[in-house]
Amino acid sequence: MILVLVETEGASASEVSLETLALARSLSDAGGGIAIRAVVVGDVGDADGLAAELGRHGVTEVLHATGEAFNAYGGASWAAAVQSARAETGSAVVTAAGTPRGNEVLAHLAARLDVLMAANVVAFSGLSPFTVTRQVVGGSALEEMTLGVRPAVFTVAGHSWVAQSVDGPPAAWREVAPEVAEADLVARVASTGTKEPDESGSLKSASIVVGAGRGAGGPEGFTGVDELASLLGGVVGVSRVVTSLGWRPHHEQVGQTGSRIAPDLYVPCGISGAIQHWAGCASSKVIVAINTDAEAPMVTRATYAVIGDMHEVVPGINEEIRRRSS
Amino acid sequence: MRVLVCVKRIPDVAGTVMLTADEQAVDARFVGYTVSNHESSAVELAVRIADATAGSITLLSVGPPESTEQLRHMLGLGCHAATLVEADPAALGPSDVAREIAAVVTDHAGRGAGYDLVLLGNDAGDSGDFQVGIRLAYALGWPVVNGVSVVETAEGRALTRNDGPDGEETFSVPLPAVVTVLEGGVEPRYPTLTGRMAAKKVEIETRALAHEPVGAARVRLVVPPPQPSNVEVLGEGAAGAARVVDLFESLGVLR
Repeated sequence: MILVLVETEGASASEVSLETLALARSLSDAGGGIAIRAVVVGDVGDADGLAAELGRHGVTEVLHATGEAFNAYGGASWAAAVQSARAETGSAVVTAAGTPRGNEVLAHLAARLDVLMAANVVAFSGLSPFTVTRQVVGGSALEEMTLGVRPAVFTVAGHSWVAQSVDGPPAAWREVAPEVAEADLVARVASTGTKEPDESGSLKSASIVVGAGRGAGGPEGFTGVDELASLLGGVVGVSRVVTSLGWRPHHEQVGQTGSRIAPDLYVPCGISGAIQHWAGCASSKVIVAINTDAEAPMVTRATYAVIGDMHEVVPGINEEIRRRSS
Repeated sequence: MRVLVCVKRIPDVAGTVMLTADEQAVDARFVGYTVSNHESSAVELAVRIADATAGSITLLSVGPPESTEQLRHMLGLGCHAATLVEADPAALGPSDVAREIAAVVTDHAGRGAGYDLVLLGNDAGDSGDFQVGIRLAYALGWPVVNGVSVVETAEGRALTRNDGPDGEETFSVPLPAVVTVLEGGVEPRYPTLTGRMAAKKVEIETRALAHEPVGAARVRLVVPPPQPSNVEVLGEGAAGAARVVDLFESLGVLR
């Protein structure tokens, strides 16, 4: 039995939870058709809709943990719900998406069961011993790790699998009310603010992003990219080093610890393209890299490139755009 | 308020990673070492708490003897003491690290120098395990809050803020507690000259492992193969500008 902790967004399962189910189905097939159960915790908008959706992603039964204990999110209380579902189903595998909550809840579960946990798994290989491959060093390297003790507990790195729905009957739905100890209720969300105007919102949804990295050279080195973004009606996104050095604010950061962007056009200037950054911009449709180093990962992965100093190339582009539009 | 901050010496990786011959660790000989941004933020938050409460900060690292380099740097930011549990980090798994931190917390408490708050980074910058803080909390029997951008203390409680899926979340947990920090909430400070001078005088407590490690269940590390490049180079220097604008025109992005 494979047990998947499913997170919801509105009335549906989150995209990364569906990606996790794609890995679970592959694992199920490799094991000769292991049944997949899902556990959802707390308020769900539309149980029937969710049961139908999860059925199309290979889930045969959903255990819905309800009760006052789950009115507010807490890592320990959610783990208690997953632990109870795992005990009831006898699952040999427990998995979730590698989100903040997915990683947190399964780490609680692994600590409570005193078993290993593998975070951000991208693939599995052998079944005995069960061997997984996971992202380490911010995605720059992979680690092969054995999860020899049951249950095998792991989270799945976002965007490493593609969610695919198939014809399938709605999953059976079962309400459960797991017992939660007082100690597991201590650390729960005390208040949730109204969603602040997300300053990175325009970056995440922008169709044109002009990027800048270490090559900017300093806080005063962004004049050209600011102007290019303005000329193209796009926004500026930066690499981690730029925010670490305090050259630009954190909400402009693109990458694994910043925003994931998916614009039609991305123009990274002076960005080498470490995996950390690539993880946030890989979904860009067209990439035009401007960099002095023709061997930089950002250049070799780009669709187009200009080899040169951004402080020469970008003003040249801006001038050419202004010339043609005048 | 007595705060313990856990920091880890990690390779300062940018670009392609090199591995040691046994494929068990990142070879950092040519890139140097640092601590993760999460831990730098944790130290900054600890300094603010210590300033606000006339408290003290102890640093703790589990790692090779050279970790004193990172501990000295952090001491220069306003931390007061440091402990190093000497170990080969490649031989330890996250449960080992959690047990070693718990052993230090318990031992210091037994000597009348217990902690109200233990801060860690949200995840280790190299091994990315996302679990040491949580395992530590279970070992100590303390509450834990994860991935916070800000933590403060008041009236015997840790008050935290983090970005939740539906907006900013707050937690309020009784001390002592474990809190893991995500970068971005505060801007880490730079060491002052007086801070650096004071850091030199601190005697770093060194300890051996308290437990036999169970290890990380690591088979090996691998570096993903480079993807084949299909890049079309439009030109060099400012001379490439016209072709870039041609491309922008063909993409229909010019306004």
